[in-house]
Amino acid sequence: MGMKNVLASRWGIIGVGAAIGILAAVLQKLGNPGNMGICVACFERDIAGAVGIHRADVVQYLRPEILGFVLGAFLSALLFREFRPRAGSAPITRFVLGVFAMIGALVFLGCPWRAVLRLAGGDLNAVLGIAGLAFGVWIGTLFLKNGYNLGRSQNTYTSVGLLMPLIAFGSLVLVFIFPQVQGEPASGILFYSTKGPGSMHAPVLVSLGIGLVVGILAQQSRFCTMGAIRDLVLFGQTHLLGGLIALTLFAFLTNLVFRQFSAGFTGQPVAHTLHFWNFAGMTLAGLAFALAGGCPGRQLFLSGEGDGDSAVFVIGMVAGAAFSHNFGLASSPAGIGPHGAAAVAVGLAVCLFIGFTMRTKLA
Amino acid sequence: MSSVIDARGLSCPQPVILTVGKIRELERGRIEILVDTDTSRENVTRAARSKGWEVRDIEPDGTGYKITIEKG
Repeated sequence: MGMKNVLASRWGIIGVGAAIGILAAVLQKLGNPGNMGICVACFERDIAGAVGIHRADVVQYLRPEILGFVLGAFLSALLFREFRPRAGSAPITRFVLGVFAMIGALVFLGCPWRAVLRLAGGDLNAVLGIAGLAFGVWIGTLFLKNGYNLGRSQNTYTSVGLLMPLIAFGSLVLVFIFPQVQGEPASGILFYSTKGPGSMHAPVLVSLGIGLVVGILAQQSRFCTMGAIRDLVLFGQTHLLGGLIALTLFAFLTNLVFRQFSAGFTGQPVAHTLHFWNFAGMTLAGLAFALAGGCPGRQLFLSGEGDGDSAVFVIGMVAGAAFSHNFGLASSPAGIGPHGAAAVAVGLAVCLFIGFTMRTKLA
Repeated sequence: MSSVIDARGLSCPQPVILTVGKIRELERGRIEILVDTDTSRENVTRAARSKGWEVRDIEPDGTGYKITIEKG
């Protein structure tokens, strides 16, 4: 207890950000889609496709990185005696925020992690996404300043905290029981893409290994992309921001080494050039992440250390991915989906409702 | 006399918001903050130090910590 946590120091979080940036670019080099070495939203969407709760055949793959994030954070929390089962802080609100965070992210085509990775690969559309993200988080800080909060969680049974790591472990078992068969759209109960982003991936064990390493590093350093912007706006603190900037910079440098950098707006991988919707999609996602208290990566790491409420947010994001593709809300390189604009409007209205109404004086 | 903030069960960034709010209200004195995660312990002590307050003590309290900060 009270042990000095090196990774949570100034240089610790910068080192973790740099490591994630390099590893993301390496994953892309080894087969993950363009500017998508790591994308929490995209990969959870691919997982939703792999288990068939949406049937968009280009985005189906049970991404081992995501399972590694949860299991790495779980192992790290056990190792450093930080595993703390807790739950009960407005779960349904967190589910709904997860749904709309995913819907907003899929209008832009990426979570905050991919937004900076897109920038690091030269995709200038990401500038609009990052601006939208910052705007959404800024709106969130206005609610936080006026007393918005999700209420207290309670300590609970160990098994509650174990469920998300167990779900990740069970999913991993499925990957090995039903491995991809080259050229086949399914293997046992799992769906696999034969074309599109879902068909592009690094070798399973590499993805899992890097996922585990990132999970351990991020759990200890408390790495959070949304928190980086929020803490700057709310407290003038640059601690988490150091990690986010390091991620961007080192992904950029690694991309240069691998010749994965190409600057411009058009012809960028898994991206569209509708500036307003890139901005608006990420405004919705940023606001939802700010109201939920963490970026999609951070929610995975928290779910690994026993936070049942973060686990509900993660499940909300997976459900949101299913809604996105079943209802035509998700964008594609051709532009936004037929109902994407309406979904962003509804999502912003729901987030404002939550932000205005969930206020109590705690102190 | 010290003020007590119970931030147990509250997730990020609430423990820091409550601490910084109390720091602004008191300007000087002694504040005890109860937190229940290591992340909150780190965030609260980091925020207190950045506001020029000294972290006097961090002791185990139940399943969490009691943090005492002070400014003379």
